Amino acid sequence: MKSLGNVRRSFAPWADSSARPYIAFENVTKRFDDFTAVDDLTLHVFEREFFSLLGPSGCGKTTLLRMLAGFEEPTAGDIFLDGQPLKNVPPHRRPVNMMFQSYALFPHLTVADNVAFGLKQEGMARGEIAERVGRMLKLVRLEQFASRKPHQLSGGQRQRVALARSIAKRPKLLLLDEPLGALDKKLREQTQFELMDLQEELGLTFMIVTHDQEEAMTMSDRIAVMDAGVVRQVGTPAEIYEAPSSRYVADFIGNVNTFEGRVTAIENGMADMAASDGFAIRTHAGAHGRSGAHAYFAIRPEKIEVTRQRPDQEHNAVEGEVWDIAYLGGLTVFNVKLDSGTIVKATVLNTERGVEDPIGYEERVWLSFTPDCGLLLEN
Amino acid sequence: MSGRWSWFNITSVVIGFAFLYIPIVLLVIYSFNESRLVTVWAGFSTKWYVEMLGNEGLMDAAWVTIRVALAAATVATVLGTLAAIALVRHTRFFGRTLFTGMVYAPLVMPEVITGLSLLLLFVSIDMDRGFWTVTLAHITFSMCFVAVVVQSRLVSFDMALEEAAQDLGCTPMQAFVKVTLPVIFPAVLAGWMLAFTLSLDDLVIASFTSGPGATTLPMKIYSQVRLGVTPEINAVSTILIGLVAIGVITATLVNKRRMVADARAAAAR
Repeated sequence: MKSLGNVRRSFAPWADSSARPYIAFENVTKRFDDFTAVDDLTLHVFEREFFSLLGPSGCGKTTLLRMLAGFEEPTAGDIFLDGQPLKNVPPHRRPVNMMFQSYALFPHLTVADNVAFGLKQEGMARGEIAERVGRMLKLVRLEQFASRKPHQLSGGQRQRVALARSIAKRPKLLLLDEPLGALDKKLREQTQFELMDLQEELGLTFMIVTHDQEEAMTMSDRIAVMDAGVVRQVGTPAEIYEAPSSRYVADFIGNVNTFEGRVTAIENGMADMAASDGFAIRTHAGAHGRSGAHAYFAIRPEKIEVTRQRPDQEHNAVEGEVWDIAYLGGLTVFNVKLDSGTIVKATVLNTERGVEDPIGYEERVWLSFTPDCGLLLEN
Repeated sequence: MSGRWSWFNITSVVIGFAFLYIPIVLLVIYSFNESRLVTVWAGFSTKWYVEMLGNEGLMDAAWVTIRVALAAATVATVLGTLAAIALVRHTRFFGRTLFTGMVYAPLVMPEVITGLSLLLLFVSIDMDRGFWTVTLAHITFSMCFVAVVVQSRLVSFDMALEEAAQDLGCTPMQAFVKVTLPVIFPAVLAGWMLAFTLSLDDLVIASFTSGPGATTLPMKIYSQVRLGVTPEINAVSTILIGLVAIGVITATLVNKRRMVADARAAAAR
């Protein structure tokens, strides 16, 4: 089988069945009155992993993080950190630090005192504290701001103070709750790479909560996609994107076109499907392909080819009318309306500076793809 | 908005301030009157200040008032702050709305009723009326004001700050002392000053709950005024006004200096 996506580094403890998880949620349930935030969830995260919890708001990802930090106790189930149960261990005794969404900088303390707060609490010697604080501020490039108060800093600077404070105690596990939410796009992208470098440099385990799928894709070793208190899929960014296990996951990460239909035949691992949009699909049967079953075929917009001529293939081709064109610079998005009324999204990479006779609005075009490009899903 | 002064604005400001301050200015001026008759000007003199210092009754009353105010304001601040925390933090306990209402009720309760009910209480438990009963009474009514002031600050307090402190190794108590308290301290201080002032100028409740040897300054002034206003009373009042003014101005200056320092630091960025 082809490898899915580029491998950032050869690091995959989750593939090693003998590896002991660093964080283990075992059948954890958390209820608030009659609302179930986390529902019988089991999840393993490994040492030095950059792990993302991704999901819409209210899916339970922040609750999961807060249970790890000790601000919430599970209603049922157990959480283990490095093999030790965390039950009834108060937040101040956990070897875990958290970077808060609101940054939670202490407004009455200077930047340096904010960073030193946890070290003083630990009873570290004065000289050592000064030295550590200096190093932390240098790491986040805020040396010249040491004596400022938080309200004298910009959003990006505050975010870096919060980061410095949360790693000053050298926790083995750092929890980050929507750490980049308040930053503008440019700064966010820059900070994402800084966080990745930092994590690698310090050898920490990062667990980050985000609702921004691009952020999760950029930074994570693995992502858990959550929905209504359960984990829908855990995998590397490439697995989640290219091999989503459900329509929910496919839909949540990136853009996807789904065609509904019935599997008519399965032969040599290939499934034939009659799409209700009136064309024949042939693709890998995968785990979900059963003859006669109702199924969904999911395909990403960039894997669809847009041509004027009918492609020379019996399957995986359908005709439609260009409904909308969005030129985004690097790529162009075509919204094509099939005769059945379904709108299909196809993106074309603009590899040249100009195109002779470009495809225009209301033109009849053919959309086509190869059997490898899509995925059969059951629901 | 333009910075220009129209005649209408100037007139409004002058009338407004005149309305507020003419009585006080008159009182201050007449405290320097040579004559014994309050309403007849007979030349400048500071003799009533000297006389006032020699008036043992007046000085005793002032001393009692200050002691009562200090004690009452301090205890009321502690209790009021605790009440505010309980009401803001524990949003789910049974009867919370009722409790909140009960904290606010004494704010609008007629003082006569508060005084009378406290008097009945002290009589029924057979407590000798004096310094401590006045202090207790002042704690009772001023702690509501503290609770209200502190509560309004706590509502906007980011609970994540306390969680962050715990996350960095503080017990819940340490988190409160090291983070929450410093952050809400201006409100607590404001509450203390409010309680102090309320206690300082209370006449009605003190009259009900005080006893022999615990006459407060307002009580003393009121009883003397009934025998006719003397310039001595004017002198005492002027000093009180002076003390309050100094307090307010100092607080403002301290605040302003901090603001200026912050602005400078921000400009240097």
